[in-house]
Amino acid sequence: MTVMTAHQKISGKDIYLPELATVREVRPMTHLEVFLELALDSGKELGHKPGQFAEISIPGIGEAPISISSSPTQSGIFQLVVRNAGNVTRAIHGLKKGDKVGIRGPFGTSFPVEEAMSGKDVLFICGGIGLVPVRSAINYVLHNRQNYGDVSILFGAKQPAERLFTDEIEEWKKREDVYFAETVDRPDENWTGNVGVITRLIPKLKFNPLNTICVVCGPPVMYKYVILELWWKRMSNDNIYVSLERRMKCGVGKCGHCQINGLYACQDGPVFKFSDVTEVPEAI
Amino acid sequence: MSIKKLDQAALDRWVDGLIEKQKVVGVKAKGDRFAFGELTSSSELRLDYDVTILPPKKFFLPQVEDLLTFQKDTGFESVITQESVVLFGVHPYDTFAINQLDILFSENNEDIHYKARREATTIVACDVQAASENVFAGCMGTATVDSGYDIMLTKINDEYLVDINTEKGEVLTHDLIDLPDATDNDLETRERIRESNRKNLRKHELRPAVGYLPKLLGETYDHELWEEKAKLCFSCGSCNLVCPTCYCFDVQDDFNWDMSSGRRFRIWDGCMLANFATVAGNHNFRDDKAARYRHRYLRKGKYIPEKIGQIGCVGCGRCITACVANIANPVEVYNRLAEGNE
Repeated sequence: MTVMTAHQKISGKDIYLPELATVREVRPMTHLEVFLELALDSGKELGHKPGQFAEISIPGIGEAPISISSSPTQSGIFQLVVRNAGNVTRAIHGLKKGDKVGIRGPFGTSFPVEEAMSGKDVLFICGGIGLVPVRSAINYVLHNRQNYGDVSILFGAKQPAERLFTDEIEEWKKREDVYFAETVDRPDENWTGNVGVITRLIPKLKFNPLNTICVVCGPPVMYKYVILELWWKRMSNDNIYVSLERRMKCGVGKCGHCQINGLYACQDGPVFKFSDVTEVPEAI
Repeated sequence: MSIKKLDQAALDRWVDGLIEKQKVVGVKAKGDRFAFGELTSSSELRLDYDVTILPPKKFFLPQVEDLLTFQKDTGFESVITQESVVLFGVHPYDTFAINQLDILFSENNEDIHYKARREATTIVACDVQAASENVFAGCMGTATVDSGYDIMLTKINDEYLVDINTEKGEVLTHDLIDLPDATDNDLETRERIRESNRKNLRKHELRPAVGYLPKLLGETYDHELWEEKAKLCFSCGSCNLVCPTCYCFDVQDDFNWDMSSGRRFRIWDGCMLANFATVAGNHNFRDDKAARYRHRYLRKGKYIPEKIGQIGCVGCGRCITACVANIANPVEVYNRLAEGNE
């Protein structure tokens, strides 16, 4: 059998070959999630757009698709927030500063921060770790604040201990040019804020549906109810963008796992304009 | 390019000559059925086979295939396997399937692992001599094929016509230069055989036109048949594994004994298996058996054609034979969906 390396005879890039990145910073964020800051060993930028994901490899354990949480406006590094949910993410939770991981990507579609959202009011609705990919867009928008109208952020967590990016949330709350509201499903004794599901925050919100682009990301069950509330606000499906999670293996539209009917979440998504998937029964 | 005529003895000599020079994979008997396997002698080659248990895709997309090796801390390296192989006796429907995989693995993001194996393979196709119990290639337009092979063999009377279609095919047939060319008469006989195959490789009769299937499937998403058939499904994935156009795979890692180096490999997967769409945290995006069953038919009959313009079913009938619950007959499904819709 002839076994050779990629560049000898067959031309072209190996779409499955990760490059190395080094963990620059790692710290627990909640009891479930860890925050990581990484940089490619090549010194290059990852080159992602807000909402895209990368395949993170832990050699010997495997690969998992992880949303990129930092804004591309932050150069030299990229940040991830990873929930301990499976084999690969468990291994990611064991990483220390200086450790190496494999990276492929960035993959998939992105939130239209430069296209549809530019010049418009923007509304971000995030449930739980749905905030992780959306934070990339939020920080992009806040970095280029002058290019957008009103900026509103709604965040819902199961319980106060599962709130993510609490430092940044405090900053968003303080800003005059950002409307921020949050809720938890199950309060603890110290919680004085809203209680209940995230949909309850929508009726109180004041926005012009014709001039607002809304981004929705959260657990699978959330989308339908959030969109129903947005419809009550006379929001058009063309103005709603959803980021959908699916099982992804290859990230390049081959392995078949992430299909949503005929669409590939890894290539046609994860970010979809809602009006493009209203006739796709497996989407929401 | 030319068409040569060989008798059985000349064919055997040619095959044995090839075996001496390189790896030749051909159809061999396996119990009372047939399978592709490496040939050690022309006497093993059974061009009179009806259908093989597994399609020849395993030579381009092996059941288990190393993609990368890794060394902790120093990173990953591609494993590209490029071994020169002659694939002998591929039926027209399987040739169509290979041509589909060629497109699917090269479009959008090219898969060089597939490409390396594919480019190193010479395909010697062969017109069908015996109909298998469940073949319906005649209804799918795949009983005969005009492109996508390097050489095509057709048995006429007791001789073989060797139709050389590509440069790769010419390289392989250098030794046949002195043999007689096929006559017009031979070509007429060949055409009659093909006409008969188009007519007879129909153990199941598809009623809707092939080109109508994507539309039909789009209109029957909530048909009761999905639930009805899926109720009997064991989610065993046999239909996926024997399908010449199924190509879904899982990717896994394995450590070597040193626990610091290892390999990343892909392994065949199937959309009918219960956890095909399950993510970490145990949420299954296609938990319902009927939804998985329907997905497979939609993928073949709607999603693949929307992507590449050709139905993802070639009518080999392997799924019908492999299904232990007897629910995997695509013709039965399509005919039933078309009832009252024709």
